[in-house]
Amino acid sequence: MAVKAMKASEVARRVVEKKDLFILDVRNEDAYADWKIESDSFQYMNVPYFELLDGVEEIMENIPKDKELLVVCAKEGSSQMVAEMLSDEGMEVSYLEGGMKTWSEHLEPVKVGDLPNGELYQFVRLGKGCLSYMALSNGEAAIIDATRMTDVFINFAKEKEVKIKHVFDTHLHADHISGGREIAEKTGAVYWLPPKDAEEVVFEYEPLTDGEQVRIGDTAIDINALYSPGHTIGSTSFVIDNRFLLSGDILFIDSIGRPDLAGKAEDWVGDLRETLYSRYRELSEDLVVLPAHFMIMEEVNDDGSVQEKLGTLFEKNHGLNIEDESKFRSLVTENLPPQPNSHQEIRQTNMGKITPDIDKKQEMEIGPNRCAVKA
Amino acid sequence: MNADKVLDAKGMACPMPIVKTKKAMNDIDSGQVLEIHATDQGAKADLTAWSKSGGHELMDHSEEDGVLKFWIKKK
Repeated sequence: MAVKAMKASEVARRVVEKKDLFILDVRNEDAYADWKIESDSFQYMNVPYFELLDGVEEIMENIPKDKELLVVCAKEGSSQMVAEMLSDEGMEVSYLEGGMKTWSEHLEPVKVGDLPNGELYQFVRLGKGCLSYMALSNGEAAIIDATRMTDVFINFAKEKEVKIKHVFDTHLHADHISGGREIAEKTGAVYWLPPKDAEEVVFEYEPLTDGEQVRIGDTAIDINALYSPGHTIGSTSFVIDNRFLLSGDILFIDSIGRPDLAGKAEDWVGDLRETLYSRYRELSEDLVVLPAHFMIMEEVNDDGSVQEKLGTLFEKNHGLNIEDESKFRSLVTENLPPQPNSHQEIRQTNMGKITPDIDKKQEMEIGPNRCAVKA
Repeated sequence: MNADKVLDAKGMACPMPIVKTKKAMNDIDSGQVLEIHATDQGAKADLTAWSKSGGHELMDHSEEDGVLKFWIKKK
C-alpha cells in the first residue's frame, strides 16, 4: 500500500474541525514530552523510531484500525521510514510532510472581523501558539507581530491587493523570531518598535510610543498605541478601530504574560499589575481581545480564531482576579514554567545582533512558546 | 579516546545515522567502542536515547566545526 504525505495545512484543518486522527510520534521521548501536535480530538502514541528499526510488529496491536493514522517525526525522514514499514504490514498510513519543523511554521489566516472598507485577519500558528495580525483597509495594510515566515504575509497582501504600509511588533519577542523588519525591508513599509524594548537593536526603526496614532486606508482605521509594560518594559498594545484590543504578550485568553523572560521579573511585576489592573480597566469592556499567543487548545474557538471580549476576561481570566498584590507578585515571579527554548538567542536575533541561518532559526524555535503564566 | 571502529555518518539525515550505528554495533564485540561522526544535530538527543534504551554506554561526545562525535561502548 502506498504511503501518503500529509501537509501541515491538512493536519491544521483536522485540529480546527476537531476530527479524529491517530498520531504515532516517533521522536524520542524527551522531544515528545516537551512539545507535540495538540488537539483534543486526536489520540497519541509515542514510540521512538530507533525502537522500530527491527520491525513494527510489536506496536501493531496498539494502533486502532478504524482511525486515520499519521506518523510524525522531527523533520520527516524517520516518519517516512516507519510509515513504509506500517504500510508493508497492510496499514493505511500517512506521514507529516516536513515533520514538526514544518508544523511549527504553518500559518492559518482566519478572519476575525470587518473594518471600515476592510477586514482584520489573525494568522494562527498552531504548532507554536503564535498569533499575528493583518489589518486591511482601502488598499492598505498594517501587520502586527509578524512571524519569520514573511512570504505568507507578503503573498496574502498581494492576493488581497493591498500595500503593506506599517509593520509593528508589540514588544521584543523572546519565544519566536520576528518577521517584522524583513517585511518592512521587502515592502518599503515603516517598521515600528517600542523604544524601551529596542535600546540594543542595531537597525533603524520608528519608535512607537504611547498615544501614537497610525492610519491606513483613505477612510482611515485608527491604530492607537497603548503603552502596557509588564511582559517587557516596552510592551505596547493596540486598539484598532475602537473595537479590537491587540494585547501582545500582556493578556491572553486563559492566562497572563510572564515578566521574567528578559531576566527582570522583580522589576517588571509592578508594571504588569498596573497594566492589567488599572490601564486595561479603563478600557471599554466591549473591546475584543486579540492576544499574540495561545497556550492550550481550549483557547481556540470553533472557527479556529483566538479572541474574547475584554469584559468576559475580567470575569473569567484568573490572572485578572487576584486582589491580593503579594499573591499576584508571587504567582508571576515564583514557580514559573521553563523559559522558551533559546530565548536569549531569539532576543539577540530580534535585536539584529546575530543573524543565524534558516536551519539554526528553525532549531531555535522548536518547542512551545511558554510566554504565559497561568493562575 | 581509542575506538575499535569508526563510523562516518556525516551528511546523513535522520534516521540514517542511527540505522548505520545499529549496523556497525553488530560488527563489534561487547565492551568494544564505536566512534561515530555525524552532522545531523538531531543525532545528539537520538544517539543518547538510543544508547540508553539498548543498554550501551555513551562514554563521551564532542562537537567541533559542526561535526558531532560520539563514543559508544557496546553492552
